[in-house]
Amino acid sequence: MAEMTYRDAVARGIAQEMERDPSVVLIGEDVGSAGGVFKATVGVFDRFGPDRVVDTPISEQAILGAAMGAAMTGLRPIAEIMFSDFFAVCWDIVANEIAKTRYMTNGQVSLPLVIRSANGGGARFGAQHSQSVENWAMAIPGLKVVAPSTPRDVVGLLAAAVRDPDPVLFFEQKSLYPAKGDVPEGEIVDELGTAVVRRHGKDATVVALAAMVPRALEAADRLAGEGVEVTVIDLRSLVPLDVTTVATSVTETGHLVTVEENPRLCGWGAEVASIVAEERLFDLDGPIVRVTTPHVPLPAADALEDAAMPTVARIMEGVRRSLQ
Amino acid sequence: MTELQDQKGRGGTGSGARGTGAAAVGPVPIEVRTSIYKMMVEMRDFEKRAYDLFLQGLVKGTSHLGLGQEAVAAGFAAAMRPSDYTFATYRGHNHTLARGVPMTAVMAELMGRQAGLMAGKGGSMHLTSVAHRMMGSYAIVGAHLTIANGAAWSAKLRGTGEVAVCFFGDGTTNIGAFHEALNLAAVWKLPVVFVCENNRWMEYTPISSVTAVAHPAADRARSYGLDPVLVDGNDADATYAAASAALERARAGAGPTLVEAETYRHGGHSRADPGKYRPEAEVQAWLARDPIPLYRLRLVESGVDESVLRQIEEAAQSAVDAASAEAAASPPPDSSLVEADVWADGGSSWRR
Ligand SMILES: Cc1ncc(C[n+]2csc(CCOP(=O)(O)OP(=O)(O)O)c2C)c(N)n1
Ligand SMILES: [Mg+2]
Repeated sequence: MAEMTYRDAVARGIAQEMERDPSVVLIGEDVGSAGGVFKATVGVFDRFGPDRVVDTPISEQAILGAAMGAAMTGLRPIAEIMFSDFFAVCWDIVANEIAKTRYMTNGQVSLPLVIRSANGGGARFGAQHSQSVENWAMAIPGLKVVAPSTPRDVVGLLAAAVRDPDPVLFFEQKSLYPAKGDVPEGEIVDELGTAVVRRHGKDATVVALAAMVPRALEAADRLAGEGVEVTVIDLRSLVPLDVTTVATSVTETGHLVTVEENPRLCGWGAEVASIVAEERLFDLDGPIVRVTTPHVPLPAADALEDAAMPTVARIMEGVRRSLQ
Repeated sequence: MTELQDQKGRGGTGSGARGTGAAAVGPVPIEVRTSIYKMMVEMRDFEKRAYDLFLQGLVKGTSHLGLGQEAVAAGFAAAMRPSDYTFATYRGHNHTLARGVPMTAVMAELMGRQAGLMAGKGGSMHLTSVAHRMMGSYAIVGAHLTIANGAAWSAKLRGTGEVAVCFFGDGTTNIGAFHEALNLAAVWKLPVVFVCENNRWMEYTPISSVTAVAHPAADRARSYGLDPVLVDGNDADATYAAASAALERARAGAGPTLVEAETYRHGGHSRADPGKYRPEAEVQAWLARDPIPLYRLRLVESGVDESVLRQIEEAAQSAVDAASAEAAASPPPDSSLVEADVWADGGSSWRR
């Protein structure tokens, strides 16, 4: 077991899969000898060379189109979109082409590809480099959507994404890149669509994703000091969505709080809330509470960004509100 | 640009590709020419029937005919190897048939039937047959140029000698994806051939009124370090020659070619559009240069027996009759298909 940063775990996961399968290739802006603007692909170029690790022009449509065409003809590309905000300039390839092709062709075309992207706030980058856009992807049939919260999960879920026969959008929360965690030696392969219970408590269920997981855990620690025992579920994947783990926990605790980095409207928490309301209403002993960013673009200044994103205090407040 | 414009004259006499990008190719062998003629006649008869069936309400939704543009699809398909990839647009019936996809499957897809190429899940604008290396028809202008690059990149990495051939319209040269794709293909020296079918019109607006250069594709070639290739798209020998040269160049590792084939759609943009916004003289001038009678005349003049051509024509008619009848007899797709094949496991479940 070695301690490793989330950023190094990205490179390790990519290398693990490229080592195993010669059809895995990596493309994106600055992913090669520069090692990525977030240094998340350091060493991959040196190990696998310029045929399999390819720097591209600033052409997001060309990057994802190349990944798609390569995936339909025998490769398993990993493409990087530097900041997830840039999905807006190549969303056609994601939403109209990659997501729909298997369906439209009656199953003729397989697209085993992964699109990695640095997602989310906390880095004081302002409204065009801080968005959490996993909800955009979740809304489109045909895309799997993954967002790990720990270095170990980065390796294991990235491996699962690369091996998956369907397109996977893999969101790396950029404020987590320096975060450290234990990662076992050897090959790690996880399973998509499985949530993990990070902490068990009988009083309330808090469901979180990516950078909101450590915050939810801290809130749970503090609430324990007040005598409130909280279950924290790390959702890890929005599609497939592990409804079973969430619903089972809600049945036990009777309370559900979702913690999302996204702006309020149509966040994934709304989907989770609606499923629980539809399927477990009579197990609930209090209102479902959604803790989100207000419905605003993220501001740049540290004081403003901190005020916008869900804080430990707001998560605690959300749990108390559900328990009232 | 003067060099290019000087080459713009129309001859239709098998002059081959003009411009400096295409190498000279010898005379087209006669068996290739008869097969090109056969393809063109089949396309023409098929699409005329599709139009009739549209007017009868049997072909639903929309359809975009390539009537008048057959020499591009046929010339290229004749020059391609079975292992090469085709990427086309919503105006893709001809390109699909040209790769050998059975007429019945295409007609049934247009009619939304179970026997359709994609069992009715794609429709006219998304004809795809991976078995024939027809890698899709794409309905978002420009996207598939980037995807064709991916297939070419993969072919290059896998060392297969396959080439991706990507067809698109003149209007497509003004969208960002075109420029992203051309640049990447040139930088990576990809085995891809981009074929602009310049039919002079987008939907209802002439390309010349919205484009900064006279030749929407050829005049852009130099920006990507490519030689301009302008070809008479109504001359199947010329498109065949241009295709052969571009495919050879791609297979030799010399990178992409951007071909501009000048042609014209005989009908409107889609469905029942009569195309009345186009000047009558322009329409008449191009109808007089219909690629199919032109090619027929050339074949007769070069010694092909009339009876051979008549046989091709009769066979095409009966093939279209049979395909239409088979398609019409096919039931609608089973509604269980609605939730099938979102994922590789055959289903559409998003939860566990
Ligand atoms: C991105 C995008 N914008 C607009 C359209 C609507 N549209 C469909 S076909 C078309 C005209 C395309 O013209 P051209 O590229 O010349 O192809 P042609 O139809 O002449 O074959 C337009 C504007 C579209 N499908 N995609
Ligand atoms: Mg056009």
